[in-house]
Amino acid sequence: MSTFNYTILTILGCGLVTWLSRILPFILLKKFNLSETVLEYLSFVPIVIMSALWFSSLFTQHLGHLPTVNWPNLIASGPTLLSAILSKNLLVIVLVGVCSLGVIRLIAGN
Amino acid sequence: MNDDLTRRAGWHEAIPIGFSYFGISLALGIVGRAAGISPGLMLLMSALIFAGSAQFVLISLLLTQEPVMAIVAATFLINARLILLGITLAPHFKQQSFLKTILLASLLTDESFALAINKINYTKGRLTFAWFHGAALLPYLVCLSATLIGALLGGLLTNPERFGVDFAVIAMFIGLTYLQFESDQQLPKTLQLILIGCSLVMVYFGMIIIPGRLLILAVTLVGCAIGVILKHVYF
Repeated sequence: MSTFNYTILTILGCGLVTWLSRILPFILLKKFNLSETVLEYLSFVPIVIMSALWFSSLFTQHLGHLPTVNWPNLIASGPTLLSAILSKNLLVIVLVGVCSLGVIRLIAGN
Repeated sequence: MNDDLTRRAGWHEAIPIGFSYFGISLALGIVGRAAGISPGLMLLMSALIFAGSAQFVLISLLLTQEPVMAIVAATFLINARLILLGITLAPHFKQQSFLKTILLASLLTDESFALAINKINYTKGRLTFAWFHGAALLPYLVCLSATLIGALLGGLLTNPERFGVDFAVIAMFIGLTYLQFESDQQLPKTLQLILIGCSLVMVYFGMIIIPGRLLILAVTLVGCAIGVILKHVYF
């Protein structure tokens, strides 16, 4: 499968499940109710998945062995997290993060 | 904010959302282009998915060529909270026709949800299709145009990796993790910190056996279960 087809197929699939997540509750609500346990389970999704995505970028995988630390990403996470706490603005956070890693690469010389 | 439920009022009250979406969508377009996705496809992505955090995840998964089904499953998990928002909001729109219900639900986001829940305080629990559609359409149009602008600007940067542009996605996750931690009124802060810790431990050791981004799915499924158990036992 070509990269273009792969990308477009993935976008269509993701678009479909997101759209269904949006409209199905409105359509089905009169007939069904989610159990308290399911609602509770779902409430943990954002924090766990977001932090897991961050942490996975801090290591380099070697299947069968413990991962090694990705130092540039780990160090750049410091100012980025600080900017998140201070600004609470996603655009500022992204800019600080990009500049941090840029500076680290400049100093490390690669 | 007042009890005016016209489309015009909705449009007007959504302007702050439009501002915040402009920045996020601009960054999204730049990041997508840096990941090698064309402006046209970025526009299609924003048009069909219209969910910032999920799109950043999607771009990073496309970059590492994960299986289509794994990416779709991850997107579903990230956007599953929309189901919760829908369940909460739906009772206020029960009098709308089937077609209008689908139209307004299609543009539901965290922010338009928050605006609508706030609006209810001024209208004795009433919401109209016209108001919500106006309030959701403005951010949608801003998102589409800013994504396209970002994707076009992103193409001007040559060898963006040199400037650390590949860190934009990671920075986004750091920001989203923190903002989620900060704004979630439902879960105790200690419990959230414990879960972030669990996530770190699971990612580190999970990397020994579970390849790439499939690990994220596994960690999320297990992490949420741990959250439910801890909440019932200790909180």
